[in-house]
Amino acid sequence: MNEFITSIWPLIWMVIKIVCIVGPLLLAVAYLTFAERKVIGYIQRRLGPNRVGLGGLLQPIADGMKLLFKEWMIPHCSSKSLFILAPVLSLVPALVMWAVVPFTETWVLSEIDAGVLFILSMASLGVYGILLAGWASNSKYAFFGAMRACAQMISYEIAMGFALIGVLMVSGSLNLKTIVMHQAGGVTHWFIWPLFPMFVVYWISAVAETNRAPFDVAEGESEIVAGFHVEYSGMGFALFFLAEYANMIIISALATIMFLGGWRSPFEGISGLPALALPGFVWFILKTSLFLFIYLWFRATLPRYRYDQIMRLGWKILIPIAIAWIVVVGLMIQLNWIEVL
Amino acid sequence: MAEMKNYTFNFGPQHPAAHGVLRLILEVEGEVVKSADPHIGLLHRATEKLAETKPYLNNVGYMDRLDYVSMMCNEHGYCRAIEQLGHIEVPKRAQYIRVMFDEITRILNHLMCIGASALDLGAMSVFLYCFREREDLIDCYEAVSGSRMHAKYYRPGGVARDLPEVMPIYRKEEMPSDRRRTRFNHNRQGSLLDFIQDFTERFPACVDEYETLLTDNRIWRQRTVNVGVVDAQRALDLGFTGPTLRASGVSWDLRKTQPYAVYDELDFEVPIGRVGDCYDRYLVRIEEMRQSNRIIQQCVDWLRQNPGPILSDDGKIIKPKRADMKLDMEAMIHHFKLYTEGFCLPEGEAYGAVEHPKGEFGVYLVSDGANKPYRVKVRAAGFPHLAAMGEMCEGHMLSDVVAILSSIDIVFGEIDR
Repeated sequence: MNEFITSIWPLIWMVIKIVCIVGPLLLAVAYLTFAERKVIGYIQRRLGPNRVGLGGLLQPIADGMKLLFKEWMIPHCSSKSLFILAPVLSLVPALVMWAVVPFTETWVLSEIDAGVLFILSMASLGVYGILLAGWASNSKYAFFGAMRACAQMISYEIAMGFALIGVLMVSGSLNLKTIVMHQAGGVTHWFIWPLFPMFVVYWISAVAETNRAPFDVAEGESEIVAGFHVEYSGMGFALFFLAEYANMIIISALATIMFLGGWRSPFEGISGLPALALPGFVWFILKTSLFLFIYLWFRATLPRYRYDQIMRLGWKILIPIAIAWIVVVGLMIQLNWIEVL
Repeated sequence: MAEMKNYTFNFGPQHPAAHGVLRLILEVEGEVVKSADPHIGLLHRATEKLAETKPYLNNVGYMDRLDYVSMMCNEHGYCRAIEQLGHIEVPKRAQYIRVMFDEITRILNHLMCIGASALDLGAMSVFLYCFREREDLIDCYEAVSGSRMHAKYYRPGGVARDLPEVMPIYRKEEMPSDRRRTRFNHNRQGSLLDFIQDFTERFPACVDEYETLLTDNRIWRQRTVNVGVVDAQRALDLGFTGPTLRASGVSWDLRKTQPYAVYDELDFEVPIGRVGDCYDRYLVRIEEMRQSNRIIQQCVDWLRQNPGPILSDDGKIIKPKRADMKLDMEAMIHHFKLYTEGFCLPEGEAYGAVEHPKGEFGVYLVSDGANKPYRVKVRAAGFPHLAAMGEMCEGHMLSDVVAILSSIDIVFGEIDR
């Protein structure tokens, strides 16, 4: 018996770790929706939700419960299996990506050397959920949404990939933990400075990749109503919702890791600041929240791009900038302006 | 090879950007619109027919419900037709009050239009900022007529009552927080005119605020510049009026070209566009709001200095004073007659038009001498604009349909009538 437990213990331990990541993550997703409504509310001189619980704090729970108990309607002419599969397929990659994210130096579920590659491949899988949803609903609006989402995701993935190449060149590794380790030494050592254009390209394509305003043409509320998930209700809709927000969080976390030094404090190397000696994961959360706030800020401020303008921005502006800066980074490395370990 | 087919689908009537109950049948090739066919009639309430069954005065209320975002301007058109037919003199003060409320209505309408088009293009905040200012103007409506939307304030021969001396304030029951209440009440201490003056002083800065979010915003410009272009000649041919016509570069504004009420005494300018695209229409509306603000300021100054009657003294049309009725038999009879059978207009026909926020709003009235109109025909400003949807959208992308639709400022209450 003892032997049996020891043999499966790693598995149980792994499951516990997964639960420890996914649980708080889903909670974070729920409260991100709440934060979104509050932040945008204050930007627009409204109060946002403030009825359920203290200051509206239980609102996301109430929303979740409501969606859970709603009937899940499956359109008559849809392909049922794909229709049910699609939301799952879009949520799973968003969660799986967290496997390689280092929260601190030691807190990482699986430290693999091809972490960046893993994330890119999982991010591209997410589009299949959207594509299938649009296709399986057999609705014209949903079909439009799926078409737009596909074109947009494919083109922005390229820009995003190029932007990350800069990071790989400077850090010389695909391992997320190593990338963060290379940014040791305080705020001046972060990759955002030598790679600033890359950072901008990454961030814009990341917003587009997650289908958020001003690139939310796949949802295009005022054009194609809700795009790919127009036919979904109840839990199916909730899963898409979760996936969207989980994607936002992972993308923000990645921006933190790649460009803002991950869990590292910006004041590293400056002695005499004990008040700011916060644990690593607090810095990680703070930086990620900063990016999430920018997401919400965008949404409250900017009009939506048109579909063809998004394509133009991606192919004619972002990709050339990224490629050009790869050359510049190469030169900088050759001339020893950037220290590569 | 499979046969290529265009994609046809319904845009509305249940669509977030359909501005009411528009049903637009779109034929698209990929994302490019091949044809757009607007359908009307889903909000048809037979206003014109109903008006034939009611005494003249009772119909004023129906006019509010035509274009339900520019209520008082509709009333003005109808009252003007009656006044022309009955040769009724309107006192100067009533004219000024009407002009002031016409311009308040214009701002109300343009705020709604700009806010909604920004919302349709994804800029959410502008919509809510616009509604913040609308709230104050709606309060003016409420103060003067008791109703926030369907005012029924204009009367043939003037306006229903004079401007109130006190502006209603928020009471403790409605707003328990003292700090909040003080903040909301600080500009409501004086009369309605004080409140309006305070608004006109604040408002230009608010328009600047919308402009910082939109006018030079690259995305906003990409979405609107050269979208839905109508050149000057074509705009005239299509029967455009109002901001939609002026954006195409035609300087035609009834307030200038055929001045009515007291517009010839007021100092304001008529902005015109150059290209006739969505962006020009937006700019024209922004500038019109600033000009309306100027007009309101002038009206406020005039109204402060010139008290006087606000209704014509024609006893056959205007109800007698309540005090007179207690003593005077004639007044009593007039009151009874006016509220049972109403007044009669001489046989004939008249067309009363005003520069409505959306264009020329006209009421064509035929009377056979009875106490009810023989026929009422409403010229809705939005109708020709909607009719041009097909030609404006052709060749544009699906998202542009939304931009064009919101830039021509459709309200179905007036189109379907």
